[in-house]
Amino acid sequence: MPPAIAVSRVSKTYGTGPTAVRALIDVSLDVEGGEVLLMMGPSGSGKTTLLSIMGGILDASSGSVRVRGEELVGLPERERPRIRRLHIGFVFQGFNLFPALTALENVALPLDVRGERGPQARERARVALERVGLGDKIASHPADLSGGQKQRVAIARALVGDPSIVLADEPTAALDSVSGRAVLELLRDLARSAGRAIVLVTHDARAIAYADRVVSIEDGRLREGAHEAAPLLAGATH
Amino acid sequence: MFTVNRLVPLAWRNLRHDRVRFAVTLTGIVFSVLLSAIQLGLFVGFTRATSEVISHSGADIWVRSRGVTHLETAAPFLERRRHQVLQVPGVVSADPHIVRFGNWTRPDGALEGILVVGIDLESGLGRPWNVVRGRVADLDQDDAVIVDELYATKLGIAAIGDTAEINGVRARIVGFTRGIRSFTTAPPVFTRHAQAQRYLGMATAQTLYLLVRAAPGVEAAELAHRIELAVPGITAQTTDDWRGAQQYYWMFGTGAGVTVLIAAGLGLLVGVVVVAQTIYAATVDHIREFGTLKAMGATNGYIYRVIIEQAVISAVGGYAIGMAMAHTASALSQRGTTAILLPWPLTVALFGITVGMCVLASIVSIHKVTRLDPAIVFKG
Repeated sequence: MPPAIAVSRVSKTYGTGPTAVRALIDVSLDVEGGEVLLMMGPSGSGKTTLLSIMGGILDASSGSVRVRGEELVGLPERERPRIRRLHIGFVFQGFNLFPALTALENVALPLDVRGERGPQARERARVALERVGLGDKIASHPADLSGGQKQRVAIARALVGDPSIVLADEPTAALDSVSGRAVLELLRDLARSAGRAIVLVTHDARAIAYADRVVSIEDGRLREGAHEAAPLLAGATH
Repeated sequence: MFTVNRLVPLAWRNLRHDRVRFAVTLTGIVFSVLLSAIQLGLFVGFTRATSEVISHSGADIWVRSRGVTHLETAAPFLERRRHQVLQVPGVVSADPHIVRFGNWTRPDGALEGILVVGIDLESGLGRPWNVVRGRVADLDQDDAVIVDELYATKLGIAAIGDTAEINGVRARIVGFTRGIRSFTTAPPVFTRHAQAQRYLGMATAQTLYLLVRAAPGVEAAELAHRIELAVPGITAQTTDDWRGAQQYYWMFGTGAGVTVLIAAGLGLLVGVVVVAQTIYAATVDHIREFGTLKAMGATNGYIYRVIIEQAVISAVGGYAIGMAMAHTASALSQRGTTAILLPWPLTVALFGITVGMCVLASIVSIHKVTRLDPAIVFKG
């Protein structure tokens, strides 16, 4: 069975000529279903760029990225939304919830985007909220929720479409330690229970305990192993 | 409220969430609709007022001296032309009629311009309508005139029996109509044909128009053509064609209508600018959300629909309020000499224009979102 995501010799360069910036250099990485991969590294090292390329939001300058066997590099822009709808859920550092919508409507949004409407879709959204422990908050707006609750709504939103891959960018950065741990546990459980590949970009050293594998990125180059990441964490641990 | 079968009514929720901005958008649309509707209603009112006397004449064809371009400045011709017209096959009747500007001297001595309308009492054509006091038949009395009650104050009279002068000749009120307006400042004053000749200093053998009735089954345009061929020195036009020529003369020949239409256009333009600004500002405020939608896999079409739905909801709300206000203004205008007329085709057309205007205004926002880099979602 192919990996959930297969990244092979990916490079990304912003700009051209003497001012060009090489954000990623020859990065190769596979992520398997059921695995929690932790991606660490200092600010500006290329983590978020790699996450964006894995999620089909950015196109790589060269190399190959396969999501469930489908090649993303060079895929026309109009084709990318389909890959994201089918296979990928995102969790963002800033939650990116829609303030005008209730928690239930926020979670239901990916289904609406996929054209799934009606009572069954609404029920799926409700179940997803219950799964993250917010069954009693379906009518709450983001402004009425704590940071941890907002991130759990965001996770429910990422999962409601049952994606095989979840890409999370600093999901605990805006949370206190208790909420941060709860979110990490939730993400790990979601990987275990449904065989999802979870890619976690974080500076949070606590996340190592919840990861199956740790990679670090520095100056656009990938290094495998927690020991490689440890020095980076020394100054970044919360 | 309007939504397109969505599980999540994002457009409506966004509008409701930004209540102040929604109120500003609605206000812009309301005033745009109100201004445009009133200007266009005035245009319709003015246009109708220019040709009320023609429209209500009941004639099939109007005959006049050649070269006359509009109703109020016709050149006289001899009534013997009437007999020539009557000899044209298909003509049932041809009755003399007069319409010309005159001077009204109020009882207090002040002068006002009027439009003297002289009718052939026996024919039944060209008579005043909506007579609310007195009778048309009373015009057979000496010096008898009928005026519209909208202009009673302007003419310095109040009741039947009041007197004034037209071009120095006595005029006595025998009746009032209601709602017969003039486009110019000169209100129509109805009198019998012979009396109009006296007021205007015309010879008894002269008239300004012949109102022709065609025989049943005879096509008016074709008959008008035959009358022109048979009678030298005159122009014969169907009532519809003559009304169109009169309306065109006053609304476009004088530039009066163009001014009103420009004001209506400016109203719509103001609406487009206000709506474009507010929808654009709302889009910029929600740009991260649109980026999130893109990251979720929403197509550009999905996002366009959200933006356009916002524009359409705003358009419908603004139109409903603006048009309600415009119809209120229209109803109130019926009491005055300047009518704002909002016929249903205009009301429907303005709905389409308003929605189109708002959708047009959202294009700037759509352009912004089209160029949006979804990577914006990762910026913390």
